Amino acid sequence: MNMNCQVCKKQQATVHLTDIVQGEKQERHLCESCAQEEGVLPKAPAHVQLGELITGLVMNKTAIQQLADLSCPHCKLTFVEFRNQGQLGCPHDYDAFEKALVPLIERAHEGASHHIGKVPNRLNAPRAADDDLVRLRRELTRAVDSEQYEEAARIRDRIRRLEES
Amino acid sequence: MLDEMVRHAGEWLRGSGPMNEIVISSRVRLARNVAGYPFLSRTSENQRSELMEMLRPHVVSAAGGAAGAFLDMNAISDLDQQVLVERHLVSRNLAEGKGSRGVAISKTENVSVMVNEEDHLRIQVLRSGLQLDEIWRDINALDDKLESKIEYAFHPRYGYLTACPTNVGTGIRVSVMLHLPGLKLTGEIERVFRAARDMRLAVRGLFGEGTEAAGDFFQVSNQVTLGRTEEDTINDFRLSVIPKIIEYEQKARRTLVSERTISLDDRVWRSLGTLRHARTISSEEVMLHLSHLRLGVHLGRLKDVTIQTINDLFLMSQPAHLQKVQGARLTGEQRSIARAELIRRRLTPGMN
Repeated sequence: MNMNCQVCKKQQATVHLTDIVQGEKQERHLCESCAQEEGVLPKAPAHVQLGELITGLVMNKTAIQQLADLSCPHCKLTFVEFRNQGQLGCPHDYDAFEKALVPLIERAHEGASHHIGKVPNRLNAPRAADDDLVRLRRELTRAVDSEQYEEAARIRDRIRRLEES
Repeated sequence: MLDEMVRHAGEWLRGSGPMNEIVISSRVRLARNVAGYPFLSRTSENQRSELMEMLRPHVVSAAGGAAGAFLDMNAISDLDQQVLVERHLVSRNLAEGKGSRGVAISKTENVSVMVNEEDHLRIQVLRSGLQLDEIWRDINALDDKLESKIEYAFHPRYGYLTACPTNVGTGIRVSVMLHLPGLKLTGEIERVFRAARDMRLAVRGLFGEGTEAAGDFFQVSNQVTLGRTEEDTINDFRLSVIPKIIEYEQKARRTLVSERTISLDDRVWRSLGTLRHARTISSEEVMLHLSHLRLGVHLGRLKDVTIQTINDLFLMSQPAHLQKVQGARLTGEQRSIARAELIRRRLTPGMN
């Protein structure tokens, strides 16, 4: 799809957005620098690696506007600000931006989205179900690493059942 | 403390420890934040100084109590901050930052705990050679100790919460500093690095993020911090990544000795000649030649220089150390002259 940017009309459009405005689908096609100007792409992010991740994420999301409107009720950081500075504002952002952050976190961590490491001592008496979850997630990682995909699928289903219970 | 510190290399540059012919040092760092406070990009100066006052006694105790020191970055000169960067005790980010921030350092310089860097706490333990198990044991105990006093920001799903989602989970960064002149000389280094990058490891220069590799010294570190335990990450380095790189480097060194003896000796002895006779020299050039000297000593080609001397020079020839020892601010040109003189004095027999 070769087309010019709708804003500057000069550069080739490389960012394609689909917004839903009052139930109507609107497509927008922008070049990278105009997309940065409009705040849909990060400008020189603090972390290059993170910047690349976010760019990849934005390109794949059609409901970008929804994400851009997210903000944390505690520190008031908006998702757009996070994209621009590459730093979160407070621990609550992980919940406030969950929808947008999970794909990004998965990309940065080889598909992982759950912690299986150390747990602070004050939380160190987890319920039995949590223990199982930790163990199963570790087994899942091992199964995927050793390319035992059928086994991995079985473990994944058990994790889902436990998470839902 | 700093005046005394600059006169010798820290423990991690002692040139000892397992695999020290190839592994200069190992480091593990943990990123932690205090629950109930915003991350640093959203804290007011009041909150930053409150955090520092609250954390200070705990990080000092973690760094060995009275034997350690706490340095308030705003209370020390730019030059002293740079000395700490050159000694790998603080990151450039901390040195160049603004507002209340500091670092607790143990007497041996094996432990440093930065306050108000990118995260509220950056705990790091360094040792010479490949000693990741020992480091993990120490840093885990330190972390437990701090955690008994401070409530960390922790999430049941994402683990330890960090300002940047690329560190979330364990918050662990394992870095191993390697000296790989053999692979560099045999032209195989790119292949090794490509393999490392395929394993989601970052390969950087000596001073971490954004620095170019200088004089065949490289730092390899993990990028993934979620979905793997701390032990998994440590064991990857300890059992597979580093032993593999060491094996390649040893093979390359054997090839150099058996098939390219003259060209190897030529490099080593030319480097010694340059360092012994130069009247002005840049730190990059010093790194390159010290790298050749180090290789020569380890391969038994060079007998009248010790690894200790090489390691000392390695640190002392850095810009901030040089100025600190001279007790004066120097221009780039003056530094190059002072550096050449320092090296000449240390490497010329009878002039020590």
